[in-house]
Amino acid sequence: MKPAPFDYRAAHSVAEAIRLLGDGDREIKVLAGGQSLLPVLNMRMGHPDVLVDICRIPELGSIDVDSQEAVHIGAAVRQAQAHADPRLRSGWPVLTEAIGHIGHPQIRNRGTVCGSLAHNDPASELPAVAVALDAELVARSQRGLRRLNAADFFDGPFSTVLEEDELLTEVVFPRQPAWSGSSFQEFSTRVGDFATAGVVVRLERAGDVVSAARLVFFGVGGSPVRVAAAEQALLDAPVTPSSTAAAVSALEEQLDPVGDIHATAAFRKELAAQLAVTGINQAWERCA
Amino acid sequence: MTPEEEGPAPFIGRSIPRVEDDRLLRGQGRFIDDLQIEGMLEVAFLRSPVAHARIHEVDLTAAAGLPGVVAVYNAAALVGRVEPLLNSEELRIPEGIRSTIDPVVRIQPMPLLASGEVNYVGQAIAMVVAESRYLAEDALEVIDVRYDELPAVIDPEAALEEGSPRVLLEAEDNIGIHLEHGTGDVDQALRSAAVIVEDTFASQRYVPSPMECRGIVAHRDPFSGRLTVWSNTQTPHRVRGHIASCLGLPADDVHVVAVDVGGGFGQKGILVVEELLIPLVAQDLGRPVRWTEDRQENLTAGSHAREQIHHITAAADESGRLLAVRDRFVVNLGARNMVGLVVPYNSLCHLIGPYRVPNVQIEATGALTNTMFTSPYRGAGRPEATFAMERIMDRLAAKLEMEPAELRARNVVTPQEMPYQTGLLDRRGLTQQYDSGDYPEMLDRAVKMIDLPRVRTEQQKARVDGRYVGVGFAMYLEATALGPFEGAKVSVLPSGRIRIHTGAPSQGQGHRTTFVQIAADALGVEMGEIELVAGDTATIPFGVGTIASRALVTAENAIHQAAVLVRQRILDSAAELMEVDPADLEIADNQVVVKGSPGSAMSLAELMRAIPMTQGGSGRDGLSEVSYFQPPNYATSSGLHAVVVEVQPATGRVEILDYVVVHEAGRIVNPQIADAQIVGGTAQGIGGALLEHMQYDEAGQPVTSTFMDYRLPTVDTVPDIRLAEVVCPSPTNALGVKGLGEGGAVGPPAALANAVEDALSPFGVVIHSCPLTPDRLWALLRAGRATER
Repeated sequence: MKPAPFDYRAAHSVAEAIRLLGDGDREIKVLAGGQSLLPVLNMRMGHPDVLVDICRIPELGSIDVDSQEAVHIGAAVRQAQAHADPRLRSGWPVLTEAIGHIGHPQIRNRGTVCGSLAHNDPASELPAVAVALDAELVARSQRGLRRLNAADFFDGPFSTVLEEDELLTEVVFPRQPAWSGSSFQEFSTRVGDFATAGVVVRLERAGDVVSAARLVFFGVGGSPVRVAAAEQALLDAPVTPSSTAAAVSALEEQLDPVGDIHATAAFRKELAAQLAVTGINQAWERCA
Repeated sequence: MTPEEEGPAPFIGRSIPRVEDDRLLRGQGRFIDDLQIEGMLEVAFLRSPVAHARIHEVDLTAAAGLPGVVAVYNAAALVGRVEPLLNSEELRIPEGIRSTIDPVVRIQPMPLLASGEVNYVGQAIAMVVAESRYLAEDALEVIDVRYDELPAVIDPEAALEEGSPRVLLEAEDNIGIHLEHGTGDVDQALRSAAVIVEDTFASQRYVPSPMECRGIVAHRDPFSGRLTVWSNTQTPHRVRGHIASCLGLPADDVHVVAVDVGGGFGQKGILVVEELLIPLVAQDLGRPVRWTEDRQENLTAGSHAREQIHHITAAADESGRLLAVRDRFVVNLGARNMVGLVVPYNSLCHLIGPYRVPNVQIEATGALTNTMFTSPYRGAGRPEATFAMERIMDRLAAKLEMEPAELRARNVVTPQEMPYQTGLLDRRGLTQQYDSGDYPEMLDRAVKMIDLPRVRTEQQKARVDGRYVGVGFAMYLEATALGPFEGAKVSVLPSGRIRIHTGAPSQGQGHRTTFVQIAADALGVEMGEIELVAGDTATIPFGVGTIASRALVTAENAIHQAAVLVRQRILDSAAELMEVDPADLEIADNQVVVKGSPGSAMSLAELMRAIPMTQGGSGRDGLSEVSYFQPPNYATSSGLHAVVVEVQPATGRVEILDYVVVHEAGRIVNPQIADAQIVGGTAQGIGGALLEHMQYDEAGQPVTSTFMDYRLPTVDTVPDIRLAEVVCPSPTNALGVKGLGEGGAVGPPAALANAVEDALSPFGVVIHSCPLTPDRLWALLRAGRATER
């Protein structure tokens, strides 16, 4: 459990980092918190030539709220730092709740918010939150800057649309509108385990009815799974047991989890449905 | 002479804070990976990636040429130099068992490096010695091996079927062990029984998972020429003997030191190939060499445990009195029979536990499979037997429509029947006899502590609300104080302080505290004047080690014996020098004092200095004594776990609402340490009941090879555990003590399975195995819902 040889480069600016990433001849990996990357290296399941450490780049280390009241979380921001941020806790509580489910305090002290997003473990929490909250991901390379919607960013297990030379520099969560509410629900065997199944629900309310809905599941597919049919079933009506049941019934066809040693596909599907019910009700209660 | 005869014993029985904690909590513990020796090399092993294959051409050429690589070994490099590994102590069959039972015990020596054939994933094939572990692992990547894969057998019952592929090509079949043993006439008892229940209960495969993985450093001392081996073993003298015979050295030229050890649980109690290979390399190269096992190696190539399948039948009369138990069980030995009868026979002789069973018939078979070999792990066959017996007791209670605690009360052996003979042979091949115990009292205490009537009332109320609460009991015995002996050396040092040596090292048990308590009492000096150095073979000629809940009984009695001798020698020597009668002297405040005249005193340091200077004396420095204690019988401890759970039918999640352990382990030396042992064992057992499961896929690939997938209990898994104690001093030794190290881990799988089954009785769910994970329980519930009543 010792990694194969690699070169280590600590970047001190974004410009330097993307210049290093632009060296197309060598396999380069970005090192942020290292909580997923280093085990891969130690087990020799990956043999990158170069690690570019971005955690010493001052401009990536902050959480800022802009004039549009969107929050920008830099690529070097640790999960623990985000978890403790009072602005996130009040403006994007579902993000704070989700981070609380990532591993253990030691892991969150090292792991970064953007690192989780760029890694896209199918059972991880933050990609689903990003999709549910319409986050924007900013990727920079020597070729320029791309702003990517979370909905388009994750394209399969452990895979995103980031190019080899691109650095995810920040994630931007837009201000959550008034009369909206979200809920984060996860089932894991032990506290800190990856999710057996989970869901992020976001609802908007107009008068007495649901005007917009997001149901994004994790742990039940290769990437965050948004179930449009379930969302449709909730629209233009108050949340009631029957509307919830209608939404959940759509999951049967739309979710196609795989089974593994910890949970069968059927169990994951059942959990997803149960969590969705709880999540819809809590999100609706929070629409105030 | 017992402490009672000497007057009040000030230290035994007191919760003296652990002497070792200050050092360990300050990070001053020194473990294998902390040792630094100039010029030390590191070893990494190439391990088989396939479960069964012929291997050809282990080509080391490229690896040998890499920078930093000092030496490379394959099986060919060992030919004619070292014999395959045999755990000779564990493989010995006691005479009584051989003559009465005549078991089949087939031994398959383990080649130190695989030659011609690999039989499980993780088997060592080649070894690289390099300037660092990084460089050694780089070299592993360029070793070329050709594998011609063979069929792999993973399921132990499939392995025993006619026509099964062979696990080892040269073996005649896949049977490592077979024996039958019993008492009375089970067939006749079954014919007269009012109630018969039979079922299959299996224990899954575990990995002991000590916090510190295995490790070893070997170095030939340039001054003495002796080979010094630092190992985190539980049995240093046995390691010494094996290394010496393997390398052809006199035992005196091998010095084994067990340093601070971060948990053993049995996994470090048997000899493994790495423990012979590292000393061999140190001898070859004349340089210090280290191997530190990593977690992935430990999970796949450190010994596994527990996997057993029991087909058990119990018969009773109308009142629930047990008439007979028949059990046919299969133990998965893994790719080789490494520890002989130890685990199967321990299961056999703990099966009926605290119950009076007049007719018993047990058939045990050890099956070879293409998996990591299995060996004793905290409980060593007892949790598996207890799971089968305590589950069938609950099935019997259900059939009789009787409260499970009541069924147990009607069947436990009473104190009046002690010493109680079961009619079976114990592990030594002698008549099995429980020395002491009070099982009815334990049951009473547990029923009161969990308030069984209240639990039953709340269970009924909860069901009305759609909540499912259940209660489960598990009783077990623990034959402790395994022989053949343990030794102790007690010496007065020049400073007047006392040092104790014993062959039983600590892996966290608190020996520096408990062993010293016993010596302080016997010598009549303060604990602060006594230190313990355990597990260093240079300091005491012979030893066995800390395994099988034996250290406290065997080492403490040896310490007690040696200390009593030293005390007498102190008094005799001082009497000679002070020209008084020894009977007029006593030891107080590290001084020998004339009784009644505190002014006439001589310190132990003065006494030590005076002995070599005394003209005309005997000339003998007797202030050091070695004594060996041989336990005359097992000291039988016992335990009862009672647990209340709530199960969420929607998710299969189990929540522990109350957990009570009543234990009996003779006279308790240090209640706080004893309680901590019980709690620690129980936490480990809860892990196995709810989470842990070492799994292979059909091809024999381990699929739980990291702690992400092999799920250990964490702080959120383990509830507060309420303890109570019953005391029945053991008549087998002067101190009246019994062992208790393993007991806590024995009860949880059975107790939790019984509680969960009780909670889910409206669904007709029957628990046949653990772990009770949400996924597995949900599947059982889904199948059971069809028959919901």
